[in-house]
Amino acid sequence: MSAVIDQHGHHGDHAHDHDHDHHAPHGWRRWLFATNHKDIGTMYLLFSFAMLMVGGVLALLIRAELFQPGLQIVNPQLFNQLTTMHGLIMVFGAIMPAFVGFANWMIPLQIGAADMAFARMNNLSFWLLIPAGLMLVGSFFMPGGAPAAGWTLYAPLTLQMGPSMDAGIFAMHIMGASSIMGSINIIVTILNMRAPRMTLMKMPLFCWTWLITAYLLIAVMPVLAGAITMTLTDRHFGTHFFNPAGGGDPVMYQHIFWFFGHPEVYIMILPAFGIVSAIIPAFARKKLFGYTSMVYATSSIAILSFIVWAHHMFTTGMPVTGQLFFMYATMLIAVPTGVKVFNWIATMWRGSMTFETPMLFAVGFLFVFTMGGFTGLICAMAPVDIQIQDTYYVVAHFHYVLVAGSLYALFAGYYYWSPKWTGVMYNETRGKIHFWGSLIFFNVTFFPMHFLGLAGMPRRYADYPMQFADFNMLASVGAFGFGLMQVYFFFFVVLPTMRGQGAKAPQQPWDGAEGLEWEVPSPAPFHTFETPPLLNPSATKVLG
Amino acid sequence: MAVNSLPGGPAVNQLDLHPPVTQIAADQRWLHYFMLVICTVIFVAVFGVMFYSIFKHRKSKGAVSANFHESVKVEIAWTVVPLLIVIGMALPATKTVVAMKDTSSADLTIKATGIQWKWGYDYLKGEGEGIGFVSTLDLTHREMSNSGKPPATDNYLLKVDNPLVVPVDKKIRIITTANDVIHAFMVPAFGIKQDAIPGFVRDTWFRAEKTGDFYGQCAELCGKEHAYMPIHVKVLSAADYTAWVDGKKKEMAALADDPAKEWKLDELVARGEKVYAANCAACHQASGKGAGPIKPLDGAAVVLDADKLKQIQVLLNGQNNGAMPAWKQLSDTEIAAVITYTKNNWSNKTGQLVQPADVVAARK
Repeated sequence: MSAVIDQHGHHGDHAHDHDHDHHAPHGWRRWLFATNHKDIGTMYLLFSFAMLMVGGVLALLIRAELFQPGLQIVNPQLFNQLTTMHGLIMVFGAIMPAFVGFANWMIPLQIGAADMAFARMNNLSFWLLIPAGLMLVGSFFMPGGAPAAGWTLYAPLTLQMGPSMDAGIFAMHIMGASSIMGSINIIVTILNMRAPRMTLMKMPLFCWTWLITAYLLIAVMPVLAGAITMTLTDRHFGTHFFNPAGGGDPVMYQHIFWFFGHPEVYIMILPAFGIVSAIIPAFARKKLFGYTSMVYATSSIAILSFIVWAHHMFTTGMPVTGQLFFMYATMLIAVPTGVKVFNWIATMWRGSMTFETPMLFAVGFLFVFTMGGFTGLICAMAPVDIQIQDTYYVVAHFHYVLVAGSLYALFAGYYYWSPKWTGVMYNETRGKIHFWGSLIFFNVTFFPMHFLGLAGMPRRYADYPMQFADFNMLASVGAFGFGLMQVYFFFFVVLPTMRGQGAKAPQQPWDGAEGLEWEVPSPAPFHTFETPPLLNPSATKVLG
Repeated sequence: MAVNSLPGGPAVNQLDLHPPVTQIAADQRWLHYFMLVICTVIFVAVFGVMFYSIFKHRKSKGAVSANFHESVKVEIAWTVVPLLIVIGMALPATKTVVAMKDTSSADLTIKATGIQWKWGYDYLKGEGEGIGFVSTLDLTHREMSNSGKPPATDNYLLKVDNPLVVPVDKKIRIITTANDVIHAFMVPAFGIKQDAIPGFVRDTWFRAEKTGDFYGQCAELCGKEHAYMPIHVKVLSAADYTAWVDGKKKEMAALADDPAKEWKLDELVARGEKVYAANCAACHQASGKGAGPIKPLDGAAVVLDADKLKQIQVLLNGQNNGAMPAWKQLSDTEIAAVITYTKNNWSNKTGQLVQPADVVAARK
């Protein structure tokens, strides 16, 4: 119910059903003082979509500048600000909070819990994002403009930045604190609040992937906090952790940053694996082929993520043993990732498939994300990486895994669960337009970047040799198309469902879907599973 | 007026790595093809299965879902087989990694210093030892970029005043370092990319098998003018290289400035104009008016100030956290000349004269 803007009328209905409901605050207090996991999940999702739009506008400014050679729209300093803030906003403002939004909504529903374990901390971890997001966006208006050192914030370039760098560091500290609180909440909820019979190995994979992701977050967010705090003291308090002028080591910054940064990549993809693992069996009308091996594969990826960080640093001049170790370790990740892809395809094999929008996005995810996986394997090979490091090939690679991976899975999840959230079905035709438009424009944007990178066009360039002009123009056209598709998604898919326009969603809109979220009415009432439900032996249904 | 491919640089709509000019680059290209073929075959096979399933196992075609799941044998198979494939991929790469990192017994050692935003080259060891110069993007290209409508130019943003010159078929070791922030020395045709890190020295090497001109660009974000610090390597035959070394040494001897020399105002201004064009005009503009966040010099207080030391300190140490970088790598004469030029050009008519000796004193 909570995802519906006009909640007054409906709210009354629920007051009949649920005696507790009259305790819930109304109006703005409902949101500011929210302790309900569904309300907080909705706010997370809206926040992340707003940040997706802001980050998208920055991306389109970048692509507009790169439409043809020469500087037409922005100066090179502003260009660097745009690339930096596009990265920071998309990673910390859009993708991560979106997955936390899904976790808030779905984890209590999927494990049969009444709410998240720490409801008030949940409120705080959301509301901290607002000042952090405002500070990030506001840094454009500070003297000297926004940080322009790249989203990786490499020293010693960060030491040359203006005061907005400090604002950026503060914002990231706040977002880190928010993530850690969110993770603690998720871990405690999953470990302590499962309904009787919902053993760990019967949990939906989305809960499993989030459990593992939450541990990754707790392990690495403090490492990032350390790196940016040392940057801060180097800037203002005379320390020389990374400042070579005082004997500091800029490469040490990169090691610390990527020790955070690589697990961070998996933080942004593991929950996506969880969403896809829910959707493919539902639309193939067949059980997930290897549940146990999926859990093990996810854990292996998480563990490996801690020993591969320096593959981002092959060009720093590591010793030969360092290059070899990180090359081998990185290539190993292909094995558990392959296990996942094979499992999804084996699930589809001899199923009885239909292709509603959630399934389209899940299959699109599988197809395009795997291309990003293969280019990752090529990047992992140190001698080849020497050629493509810091070129557009890398830009193509990580957009294939972050946009076609994480973002597509988020879209798939939205289409899959929004009937439960809003109580109405999205418009299937519009969903299909959104899918095909996004798929085509995504590839028009990012596929040519592989060629640019192989040909040696460095990334973060405001202007480029003219031989690169045609592919850049193509990529810019694709980017605007992709951006428009997301505006379409919001106004023609999301907004109508939030206003309650559309066919009324049944409790179980997908005939093949399994799980406790489908055991409650659509829209999900404000309070669910207030008393632990009695579950069937496979923990997929509520008895009685 | 279309753009043509640039030999040694990017080709128009190039789809692949650069044609290799060194053994390492050839190995990298082979490895890339090798990976590309294996990945494509696996991709087509796996997604062939998926699309077959998508077309055959549809509910609309009356497919009824089977009920098989969990098979330890299958899971082991699709864990072990990819593991073997990955090992097969890593083995040939290992040889190239070892070869890339072997910078021993070089014929010529050159230090490449990344400077915001240009490259300094110093010939440290081998034929040409002692030669040193700075390589900067041609100013007209920077202006073309700013104009927003650059005319079709094959070497757009790749033309420098002083290319790095090396002999063919010799092992050249490049030592990288930087003055300010991290840069990266990249020449795709040679298969090299090495970060230039301030406070640290790193190295890489190449042995060019062909004479000609080869191009690269800075590959690590280094601030505002990151896109405007290209690398141009000229590979000459042994005889041509010897001739170039002789010419360069004579030129340097003639240019060597005695920092004790007393200069006249017009001499210094004339010299300073060149230094300004090569180093300052990219940001402060030929008009001295600056642009956007870049401060103007025309009418600037620190330029007009009677205390000459103030401006000398700005040039030696930089200002605003390096937004104005330090220029201590310029010679005493160059710094004196460019300051004198700014103090006596545009509307600045101070008549002040800064001698190299003033800079020498300020450096202490």
